[in-house]
Amino acid sequence: MRPADSSIESASISSGTAASVRRPRWNPWLIAAGVVALLVAAPIASLFVTASAGSDELWSHLLASVLPASVRDTLVLLAGVGALTALIGTGTAWLVAAHEFPGRRVVDWALLLPLAVPTYIIAYAYLDVLHPVGPVQTAIRALLGIDSPRDFRLPDIRSMAGCIFVLGFVLYPYVYLTARAMFLMQSANLIDAARTLGAGRRAVFLRVALPLARPAVVIGVSLALLETLNDIGAAEFLGVRTLTVSVYTTWITRSDLPGAAQIALAMLIVVLCLVLVERWARRQRRFANDAQHPRPLARQRLRGARGVLALAACAVPVFIGFVVPAWYLLDQTIQRVRFAGVSAAIPREVLNTVALSAVATVLAVLCALVVVYAARVARGPAPRWLVRIASLGYAVPGTVLAIGLLPVITGIEAFVDAAASRLIGASTGLFLLGSGAAVVYAYVARFLTISAGSLEAGFSRVSPSIDAAARTLGASALRTLFRVHVPMVKPAIATGALLVFVDCMKELPATLLLRPLGFETLATHLYGEAVRGTYEEAAIAALLIVAVGLVPVLILTRVGVRGPVEAGMAAASRADGPEPDPAAPPRD
Amino acid sequence: MPLFRKRPAALAAGLLAAALSASVAAEEVNLYTTREPGLIQPLLDAFTQETGIKVNSIFVRDGLAERVAAEGTRSPADVLMTVDFGNLIDLVEKGLTQPVESAVLNEAIPSHLRDENGHWYALSMRARVVYAAKDLPIETFNYEQLDDAEWRGKLCIRSGQHPYNTALIAAHIVYHGEDATRAWLEGMKRNLARAATGGDRDVARDIMGGICDIGVGNSYYVGLMRSGRGGPEQVKWGEAIKVILPTFENGGTHVNISGAAVAHHSPNREQAVRLLEYLVSDAAQKLYAEANFEYPVKPGVEVDPLIAALGELTVDSTPLVEIARHRDAASRLVDRVRFDQ
Repeated sequence: MRPADSSIESASISSGTAASVRRPRWNPWLIAAGVVALLVAAPIASLFVTASAGSDELWSHLLASVLPASVRDTLVLLAGVGALTALIGTGTAWLVAAHEFPGRRVVDWALLLPLAVPTYIIAYAYLDVLHPVGPVQTAIRALLGIDSPRDFRLPDIRSMAGCIFVLGFVLYPYVYLTARAMFLMQSANLIDAARTLGAGRRAVFLRVALPLARPAVVIGVSLALLETLNDIGAAEFLGVRTLTVSVYTTWITRSDLPGAAQIALAMLIVVLCLVLVERWARRQRRFANDAQHPRPLARQRLRGARGVLALAACAVPVFIGFVVPAWYLLDQTIQRVRFAGVSAAIPREVLNTVALSAVATVLAVLCALVVVYAARVARGPAPRWLVRIASLGYAVPGTVLAIGLLPVITGIEAFVDAAASRLIGASTGLFLLGSGAAVVYAYVARFLTISAGSLEAGFSRVSPSIDAAARTLGASALRTLFRVHVPMVKPAIATGALLVFVDCMKELPATLLLRPLGFETLATHLYGEAVRGTYEEAAIAALLIVAVGLVPVLILTRVGVRGPVEAGMAAASRADGPEPDPAAPPRD
Repeated sequence: MPLFRKRPAALAAGLLAAALSASVAAEEVNLYTTREPGLIQPLLDAFTQETGIKVNSIFVRDGLAERVAAEGTRSPADVLMTVDFGNLIDLVEKGLTQPVESAVLNEAIPSHLRDENGHWYALSMRARVVYAAKDLPIETFNYEQLDDAEWRGKLCIRSGQHPYNTALIAAHIVYHGEDATRAWLEGMKRNLARAATGGDRDVARDIMGGICDIGVGNSYYVGLMRSGRGGPEQVKWGEAIKVILPTFENGGTHVNISGAAVAHHSPNREQAVRLLEYLVSDAAQKLYAEANFEYPVKPGVEVDPLIAALGELTVDSTPLVEIARHRDAASRLVDRVRFDQ
């Protein structure tokens, strides 16, 4: 079978869109995308098998005692974090994208820094900093001349409000990143038109920019909310009992894994319904950039007090989400290094962390390319569903996904082992669990949605007529992908890759469960130290996670923030005509 | 970043080589543990020194049983080590362990601290004790008093669903039944000064911070804090509290254990048993207990001075297996009274 050749013969440009380019029945892209989706769906399918082994007796207990409170707490937490991240992310993105003020260039990238801080670290840090015997309250008591913390205390951070605060300030960059790119790329012509028509600052934002940015805000907020929902470290540590905590209690305390799988799958189904409802709600709206020649937004200059206010508004999230925890970790690290030196294992752990994350990132990007490109070149609804299925992993808590993966991984190992024994007479044993490949599998399954989402956004800005042109000129689908699309969506690839890399580095539960004997990463080292109670030693690993995580975040500020605009413009100009003409009117 | 591009293949190859070479090395034993292995690394090193048997360890928190079960007959696991008897008994019930007959183990470990069929053995004990503010005029305490109205808004404790607490609650059920335990938990919930969360050390810090007056925590944390091993800050927390060894009204102090079992498909069974036997030798028991400020299981072995100073420990005589049977009920009671909400 030589599908690539036959596809050229059967390629049709009459309809003008890539989606309708006719494909042979067995499109290799579709098959590859199917394999990727299958690999992601496998652990979830195995959870279904696990869940079916349980009884429904659990649910009467849950309905009576657990669900009313934990559903309420989960919803309050999600609403709070959603509102806070949307507010901070969209607000700062709008300030930075559409205005010029002193310090804008710095906060422009600094606003991304909290991405490097894992939620479990920031929760630890804030409890320490804000504890009655911590530096803040001690200083306040000294100022007020109060001796005992029994006489004066601030409200405890171990509360719902504290949890929303901490998660909101560390997760808002997901919204900032997507909203900012959207403001920069999509709205320039329309916003200028609105301004010309006399709309004030507020009206431009509320009635033009914000509605246009809705898909971006939704994507960012939903990433933040899924992180929140599946977070076990920060929420549990701060005493908020979400449904995810119920999953753990059922599994760990009551040794009822089938019951835990049932709750996790019920949550997954609810999440999927919400995603579908949101898609349905904007089914008839179009957010595509209709302007023929997009161009950068003209920034409005904010002078005097307004400028200072804008800077302050952007500096506060950076301060709370990054500067305070990073400063705290640095302080703890210095104390520890003085007290006991640095563990000799640390360099090895840095290498392990970076290597695992890098391999997983490369694979996640390749898999994302396959599924997203398949949706572009293959016909029918199937490829779109494959993209959705390939994105499921993010909607399941990390440990639960890892538990679902275990039988899949050992099943593959048993299959390969049997085949190898028969063919070459050698046993391959636990080659996935023993090599770290199992951890990489877990990372890819979990974070594929991030790279796929980023690529989908990138591809959506490449006109289908480009595909048609390339294919008419005789390029195969593969060649078109690598010679035409990849160069055009490079920034989107880079953004997705860096986000995946940072998330892999921070990942703890799956790494802990699936890594080989005697293999430590920074996150597992940190966890071990935290369990042992030597927090200061843990601070070194935590600081390194933040520091190594900063590298991709800083790169992200170069490519992710500025890149897409240029790429989008380049794509549009290459697609639609010779030279961009700023004065040309929108096509519609 | 050329490093990122070049390393993965090399690392993958290296890991594979390491995994393959591990299977041909001479004498070794593989330890799967929910107990942080850094604590007992010196002991494992001493074992290797003495016997020439290399110990490979992996620290897993949740899912140790699931991983071993999934690995099945190919599992490299020899010794399974956990820090809660509930988890240990779970391993047995899931068929992941095998019986061991060892005169050395039977002689060293009292019968109520090991499985009658040799499926699991306790290696150390920790007591669930009461931390109190230094200036409180109390010297003795019963667990049953934790719900007294005297402590309204003054009690700190970690999540009721934590295995250390469900074990304590299950022991309360053994003595007083489910209804009385429910009332007891409701009283404790009313007494909470803050959300039931965090760790046992947070209890000490919160007492120092004036958030609460009494709390519940494990005995070894006192040693960890006061010894300065957790850094100078924790010394202050440890010094801010006094420690009372509470008892049940008609019993003794509730203890939990750390223990170990030999895996069902252990490829190095003989070495696994040798490791267990080594861990109950007098010298190893002392080191093993000292490593984490626990009580040795072997009678007559010295306790760390910081722990000995807490007072005489009278271990509650309820069999651990009996307590484990009520663990599920205890966990559901915690849900029912919304202890953690």
